[in-house]
Amino acid sequence: MTERTLRGAAAIVGVADIASPTGQLDQRGRALEVAMIRAALDDAGLTLDDVDGVCHAGSPTALAEFLGIQSRYVDGTVVGGSSYELHVEHAAAAIAAGLCEVVVSVYASTPRSDRRRPGGGTFGGGGPGGGRPMGPNPAVEWEIPFGLRMPMGAYALAASRHMAVYGTTAEQLAQIAVDTRAWATMNPNARFQEPITIQDVLDSPMIASPLHLLDCCLVTDGAGAFVMTSAERARDLGRPPVYVLGAATAGSHQMISQMPDLATTAGAVSGPAALRMAGVKTNDVDLLMGYDSFTITALLHLEDLGFCGKGEGGAFVEDGKLGPGGGPLAMNTNGGGLSYTHPGMYGMFLLVEAARQLRGEAGQRQIPRHDVAVAHGSGGVLSTMGTVVLGTEATL
Amino acid sequence: MTARIEPPVSPVSKPFWDASRDQRFVLPWSTASGKAMWYPREVDPQAPDAAIEWREASGDGVVYAASVHHRPGPGRDEADGPYVVALIELAEGVRMMSNVVGCEPYDVAVGMPVRLVWEPLSDGRHLPQFTPA
Repeated sequence: MTERTLRGAAAIVGVADIASPTGQLDQRGRALEVAMIRAALDDAGLTLDDVDGVCHAGSPTALAEFLGIQSRYVDGTVVGGSSYELHVEHAAAAIAAGLCEVVVSVYASTPRSDRRRPGGGTFGGGGPGGGRPMGPNPAVEWEIPFGLRMPMGAYALAASRHMAVYGTTAEQLAQIAVDTRAWATMNPNARFQEPITIQDVLDSPMIASPLHLLDCCLVTDGAGAFVMTSAERARDLGRPPVYVLGAATAGSHQMISQMPDLATTAGAVSGPAALRMAGVKTNDVDLLMGYDSFTITALLHLEDLGFCGKGEGGAFVEDGKLGPGGGPLAMNTNGGGLSYTHPGMYGMFLLVEAARQLRGEAGQRQIPRHDVAVAHGSGGVLSTMGTVVLGTEATL
Repeated sequence: MTARIEPPVSPVSKPFWDASRDQRFVLPWSTASGKAMWYPREVDPQAPDAAIEWREASGDGVVYAASVHHRPGPGRDEADGPYVVALIELAEGVRMMSNVVGCEPYDVAVGMPVRLVWEPLSDGRHLPQFTPA
């Protein structure tokens, strides 16, 4: 295997996202996607005519048709919340190989508003296992009949295992929610902006033990997009390029009952691989945007990417060093899926916030040192991990 | 009262469900690897030509992970109270999802030995459940 094949070859040159303290947005569907794409292109100083590559965790060809783009590159990768980290990896490879030059990826989802619309929403989609050529989805036969509440039940099982094996406590998990909320107080678009305490988390209703309501992410409307191009072209554009230094994917299962070790994710593979490609060590990282569908999810990322040892995540987070004014590493500065927004596949927002922080545009929540950021997405139920290491010009 | 969601019978898993009618607990084994597999698969992907054999299993296991569900999942009713969703490591070396019943939910702990009990389904089949051994 060649190392560092993608390092510095491509850059994120435009980003956009939208969410609201009400949890709801006025636009939806294609209109919302187009608004995000146009905003990200405006940010980059590019137009739709420049775009020759389209990523969409659904149908990239339908989106390209809608936009009137004659595409040379399409990526329909959909693995859940980490789809957008995989889009970055694939787009960087495609750009490096000369398959295309300007790639957009977009996500828009409005589950909160859709619930209130006549006819209901599409959240969760279709009937169980319906229409699969291979017979029913195994989860319908071997998980659903046991009343597994998705997705929190799956993460609760992982948390129970981590607690039993490593002695992780509910208070330590709660600290992640507390720190993430502290960051959200500085994001005017965050769904929740009032500080919380560990006791607030422990006093919130138990959903699926050991996870309380405040250990769980939100259900909100939200949307975002990014634009990528070659490093060469990026230097001529309006914003400081955010270079892709490393990227890697690793998957371990689809259903939680098939996860090899519930206390270790495939991030233990994708994380070190992406960091190695980037030539970056964990103590070089200023910002971890680590997918926080639940507090346990973020804790597993810290261990599996090597920010602390396996089983040491609880002790690592408990002094609040990942919150504002904490240590040299900041985590989830936009307020995360726990307090900012979580429309279903949150990975897009990891990339947008990482880019804004690296460009020094994060306003009140701007971190002082901002050269290297890691956006680490988790898709499915801790199933498919996508790690992207991003850096400023200074890191090349 | 929410109706329980009963598992469909996939073609590959029919031997499991047929045996469950007689409360016999069987697992599929790959004759190539000599190991049990779970969930049932059409073939052993490492040896697609090898036969899959259904063998009687002990029904003994250990709790690998467990969550007390306070908000009900599909097919469950809040009025029935919290219940335990667990992953059970079977003595035969495979892990399956199930429920732990017959004890207080918070008495279920990771590492606890459990044994199989059957819950009747509406069509004569039985659903595997576990109870403290």
